[in-house]
Amino acid sequence: MKKLSARRRHPLAAVVVLFIALAACAGLYTAFAPADKAQADETSQSLAIDEGKRLYAVGCASCHGTGGQGTTDGPSLVGVGAAAVDFQVGTGRMPAQQPGAQVPKKKVIYSQAEIDQLAAYIASLGAGPSIPTEAQYSPQGADIAKGGELFRTNCAQCHNFTGKGGALSEGKYAPTLEGVDPKHIYEAMQTGPQNMPSFPDTTMTEKNKKDIIAYLDAVNGDETVEPGGLSLGGLGPVSEGLFAWVFGLGALIAVAVWVAARTAKAKKS
Amino acid sequence: MSTNENTTATSAAGADRSRGKAPAGERVADWADGRLGIYSLAKANMRKIFPDHWSFMLGEVCLYTFLIIIITGVYLTLFFHPSMNEVEYHGSYVPLQGQLMSEAFNSTMHISFDVRGGLLIRQIHHWAALIFLAGMFVHMMRVFFTGAFRKPREVNWLFGFLLFVLGMFTGFTGYSLPDDLLSGTGVRFMEGAVLSVPIVGTYLSFFLFGGEFPGGDFVARFYSVHILLLPGIMLGLVVAHLILVFYHKHTQYAGPGKTNNNVVGMPLLPVYMAKAGGFFFLVFGVIAIISAIATINPIWTMGPYRPDQVSTGAQPDWYMGFSEGLIRVMPGWEINLWGHTLVLGVFIPLVVFPLVLVAIAVYPFIESWVTGDKREHHILDRPRNAPTRTAFGVAWITWYMVLLIGGGNDLWATHFHLSINSITWFVRIAFFVAPVIAFVVTKRICLGLQRRDRDKVLHGRETGIIKRLPHGEFIEVHEPLSQEQLHTLTAHEQYVPAQIGPAVDENGVKRKIKGSAKLRAKLSKAYYGEDNQIPKPTVEEYKEITSGHGHH
Amino acid sequence: MSSQDIPEENLPAEQEHAHGAVSVADEKNPFADPGLPPHEHRVQDIDERAAKRSERTVALLFTVSMLATVGFIASYVTIDVAKSIYVFPIGHISALNFALGSCLGLALFCIGAGAVHWARTLMSDVEVADERHPIEATPEVKAKVMADFKEGAKESALGRRKLIRNTMFGALALFPLSGVVLLRDLGPLPGTKLRHTIWSKGKLLVNMNTNEPLRPSDVAVGSLTFVKPEGLEEDDHEFQTEIAKAATMIVRIQPDNIKDKQELEWSYQGIVAYSKICTHVGCPISLYEQQTHHVLCPCHQSTFDLSDGGRVIFGPAGHALPQLRIGVNEEGYLEALGDFEEPVGPAFWERG
Repeated sequence: MKKLSARRRHPLAAVVVLFIALAACAGLYTAFAPADKAQADETSQSLAIDEGKRLYAVGCASCHGTGGQGTTDGPSLVGVGAAAVDFQVGTGRMPAQQPGAQVPKKKVIYSQAEIDQLAAYIASLGAGPSIPTEAQYSPQGADIAKGGELFRTNCAQCHNFTGKGGALSEGKYAPTLEGVDPKHIYEAMQTGPQNMPSFPDTTMTEKNKKDIIAYLDAVNGDETVEPGGLSLGGLGPVSEGLFAWVFGLGALIAVAVWVAARTAKAKKS
Repeated sequence: MSTNENTTATSAAGADRSRGKAPAGERVADWADGRLGIYSLAKANMRKIFPDHWSFMLGEVCLYTFLIIIITGVYLTLFFHPSMNEVEYHGSYVPLQGQLMSEAFNSTMHISFDVRGGLLIRQIHHWAALIFLAGMFVHMMRVFFTGAFRKPREVNWLFGFLLFVLGMFTGFTGYSLPDDLLSGTGVRFMEGAVLSVPIVGTYLSFFLFGGEFPGGDFVARFYSVHILLLPGIMLGLVVAHLILVFYHKHTQYAGPGKTNNNVVGMPLLPVYMAKAGGFFFLVFGVIAIISAIATINPIWTMGPYRPDQVSTGAQPDWYMGFSEGLIRVMPGWEINLWGHTLVLGVFIPLVVFPLVLVAIAVYPFIESWVTGDKREHHILDRPRNAPTRTAFGVAWITWYMVLLIGGGNDLWATHFHLSINSITWFVRIAFFVAPVIAFVVTKRICLGLQRRDRDKVLHGRETGIIKRLPHGEFIEVHEPLSQEQLHTLTAHEQYVPAQIGPAVDENGVKRKIKGSAKLRAKLSKAYYGEDNQIPKPTVEEYKEITSGHGHH
Repeated sequence: MSSQDIPEENLPAEQEHAHGAVSVADEKNPFADPGLPPHEHRVQDIDERAAKRSERTVALLFTVSMLATVGFIASYVTIDVAKSIYVFPIGHISALNFALGSCLGLALFCIGAGAVHWARTLMSDVEVADERHPIEATPEVKAKVMADFKEGAKESALGRRKLIRNTMFGALALFPLSGVVLLRDLGPLPGTKLRHTIWSKGKLLVNMNTNEPLRPSDVAVGSLTFVKPEGLEEDDHEFQTEIAKAATMIVRIQPDNIKDKQELEWSYQGIVAYSKICTHVGCPISLYEQQTHHVLCPCHQSTFDLSDGGRVIFGPAGHALPQLRIGVNEEGYLEALGDFEEPVGPAFWERG
């Protein structure tokens, strides 16, 4: 105590006191915040819906209809839920550029805030899956091995053993899952975008989805160890065969050419 | 009697004395010679001549990869458990911990993650296998396109062909051993293929798998086939193949000093001992480095086999790819009659599969029948000088490649943004059309190259130097070829088409002409008729042109 | 080791000799074989310094190989089997595999490269011709062999004593049958095993993700669920064999969109259950496209229409996917109303 009182005239004392006071205020605010936040949410929610409706009218209505009821160019969006919007717009698939077998992933043109507004508007049209929280999709604490088994049962048939993607009929394809945000993977399972079937919580629990995401993170993440070396795309025997021919046999033939070639002769200069 | 004994004793003593002075190495050789006769063997072989050409080393690539596969394979058997008992995984690969799997898969995981160097040996084994098959393919094509299969080497061609086929099945059984999800899918396909065999298919399948698929037996059964039965046969064939190579002496390309009655090159000891021995280490070294940097068959990403699970991109190793193509593009024909099912959609590809291979295997016999040539051939053809053969070979390769495309149609679809259905249709049509186109195009190219050779011989090499003659004409200067080049370009033989002969014999009696003779005459014309080979320049033509210098 | 450093007087002068002999043949036949070209010396043959350089190169390669083997052993002893490292541009890989493979590869490659360099630069490169001899025997040898054979055949009297010959052939032809018979116990007879699965009336459809039975309300339109029959557990001894036939998938289609009448009858409120085993060669088919209701096989691309009785619309499969008839029990769970009515999986001769 003595020490403290001795320093109260220090030039920085005022600053320290100010920080303590601010911290205390912040703590108090947090303690009382939930009530305030709920209130703020309601108003911001309706604001977001209005804002989303405006964005919808500009970017989406031409295909999906003015009220999201769907047209011949685009399906109805009533009841698809916020998660579907967050996935489709958040991965750049929507708005679609041109008709084709499948709408591809593109550069995202809306900000996350705008996407949330659009999602809020679509969610207001009919109940559907909401955007998952981080606790739902983060791979922390999940069972990777169980996720692997689930992945092989439910997902690998289209997306390959480790999510490298694969072909479907008539030019459609299951995209690679490499580098896809866990949130979007979660949303895709929940909503079944385009031709992908959905895996709703009633048949594939939240825990199941979390396990699958954790498995993907383990086998197809940035830090995934490929013990044997180059994974050659993780596509299996086709790329391995190509590698064996081009680099394996190719290197051996190059060596053979050296072994059999005539040694340079001495020439008259 | 006694004198006889005495003389042998003295001579033996004399020999002993001389041998006593000999260095240790020679004494050991003497010992061995007395029992194995190695000096006579060495006399014929130690300074045996081998010609130098990189394409003659493709067979060595195969031999060495085969040895590497055996060496690494033996190591793998020390750790692999060929059993399908279910166990729970407790090894160090986290994403599979706690999973149920067969002991075969479990022990392969153990080799890959817990045995030091086990992964390396596994990868060397598998990479060497892929390269072994690729090497055999290219070696076979080299032999084909240069006509090295002609008498006296037809039997060795067949040995080589058998090695290729057995190599495919050894590869397939080995690839199935880890009992992972990908290979298990391949085995399931095999079950379906066996089931499609009329009348006995169901029984064959039950005997093969010890009951219903997958049962608990196939890994152990494939294991003994993979490590004992097939490699044993292959080893015997390899030895026979090599003995014949030694016995026939190697073929050589045409060139100065090279005739059908000699072989020009360098002696086995020391040059080929060093080159071929060194090449073994080079091959092993390259494969070891590939295994250090590139994964092959990462079974841990595939997981253990479950008949209700699958992954997209389910393909066999490349050498089985053409059969995969056959099965993928076949229409789904199925005939139900009198309570039985004829599964043509699977059975036809199963029958065509060996036919694709047999098509190339029997070619040498067809050609020798068409030419009727009974002589030995030790000088290799340039592919252009045998246009029909070359065209047939290219057509066959095209056929094979079309099927490979079919076998990988899903990856073509995803990587080139195509529809899998369109690729399948493309392959269905190309299966019939592409070889024909390839045949026609290749033959024309060969004839074009023959014409170019002819021009080169007659008019010399185009130098690209343009000269203006005094009267104003521009000509390109042609440099005459050296005698070595002239000889090399004209060394090949050209056949005359076989004739059926007159329809009536000398007594005016109508001769009976067999259908086969007619066919042969027809084929012979297609091979060696007027438009099917370009007559090589004759000495007279050459002299006529070269005597009138400046005429062109 | 460019050839430019060699002074002219060090080069051999023999070359001219050979050409003189050839020009004679030239007159008559310009295409005649000029014979083996004269041997030309390599730098190493005439310049001892170059030969020394080659020697040192070979020795260096062999030394590098020795060091690499030491490196191999050192890596084996010191690097932990679970350790991973980042190697550009390969990625995160096993340190041990990389170290062992590189060292082994280097050790072997250097031995080979050393030996080949030795052979190429220091061993004689004079080309020699070896005579070939016809493979066929001379007529005298052939005549002797034929005579010997006839003699032997005559002594055996095989041609004369037909009884011995015929019974011997008979015995030799029959005995391999023992071997064939021995193969009988490789497996049981098929019986009707391929016709049945363990599905039966009243068995609940158990969701493979949760291991819980399903209610119709759990199954959303456009969703895909894999089910197994109640009572079949992963650690059962016969699990693999049973699931190989019993694996089933559940999808829900708007009843209006179901084109096949029987399919609608066998469904429950648009929930249809189909075998997961492809009718082509038995791959677990399950690439379901929820908008088209097509299901594609990843192995050979057979495509089936689940809204039209599982009909084949593309690919090598020969018949439709078998449908499992389902309903709901008193407790409101989905149950099978029997086994598949036709054999699941690939077709076979007795299928009919």
